Amino acid sequence: MNNKITVSCTKKNLKQIRDFVTEYLAAYTLSDIQMNQIVLAVDEICANLIIHANNEDPSKSISLSITEKAGIVKFEIVDNGVAFRRSEYKEPNIEEHIRVGKKGGVGIALVNRIMDRVEFETTDRQNTCFLYKKIK
Amino acid sequence: MKITNQIKDTTIIITLDGELDASSSVMLDEALSDPEIMTYSKILVDCKDLNYISSAGLGVFISHLQRFEDAHIKLIFYNMQDKVRNVFEILGLDLLMTIVSDYEEAMTIADE
Repeated sequence: MNNKITVSCTKKNLKQIRDFVTEYLAAYTLSDIQMNQIVLAVDEICANLIIHANNEDPSKSISLSITEKAGIVKFEIVDNGVAFRRSEYKEPNIEEHIRVGKKGGVGIALVNRIMDRVEFETTDRQNTCFLYKKIK
Repeated sequence: MKITNQIKDTTIIITLDGELDASSSVMLDEALSDPEIMTYSKILVDCKDLNYISSAGLGVFISHLQRFEDAHIKLIFYNMQDKVRNVFEILGLDLLMTIVSDYEEAMTIADE
């Protein structure tokens, strides 16, 4: 099974990433809600990388590869943009977002709540995000 | 993503068809930013054919909610698919926004 996709950094390619994840996970028995949650978590990370880390520069790209071992699916998302600084991340206060009319900032919260494990790694200009989820 | 509007007296019904992600949510933001929307007393959002929503889509609703509340405009979602409702629930938005099962219920709440 093809388990890797590379797309250029434009938001229009997010659909392609979601379709790729859906197709890969079709081999497993997942409920609609489980499937949607996993696709969403990957979409959120890729959207952040495309928009924030790579400034929607179509000459840049991100790669996603998926593997499954012992019932745990692992997503590995690689890019060469600005690294995500986890130490600076704060859980959003949604009521405050509503009060001030804030548009962004809830994507990573979704990822953290959906995935079992979320890791970020940076080595010499390459960033990798690892997402793990138990599916059986 | 297809967004269509239907007007019934002081109510605007917005029908969402497709997937609301970081790319398509811009269209929704434009639709909700239209000054004309502030002339209605109720905004009903038909989510029957909304197959996907990401944080960008949620963010559009989050960012307009207070403005609608301040203007006493009711924002009500209905016909939402379980997997989409689940995304609202993960963030607790189902407790901060009005989501009902169908059009009839939406109209009843809207008239309260």
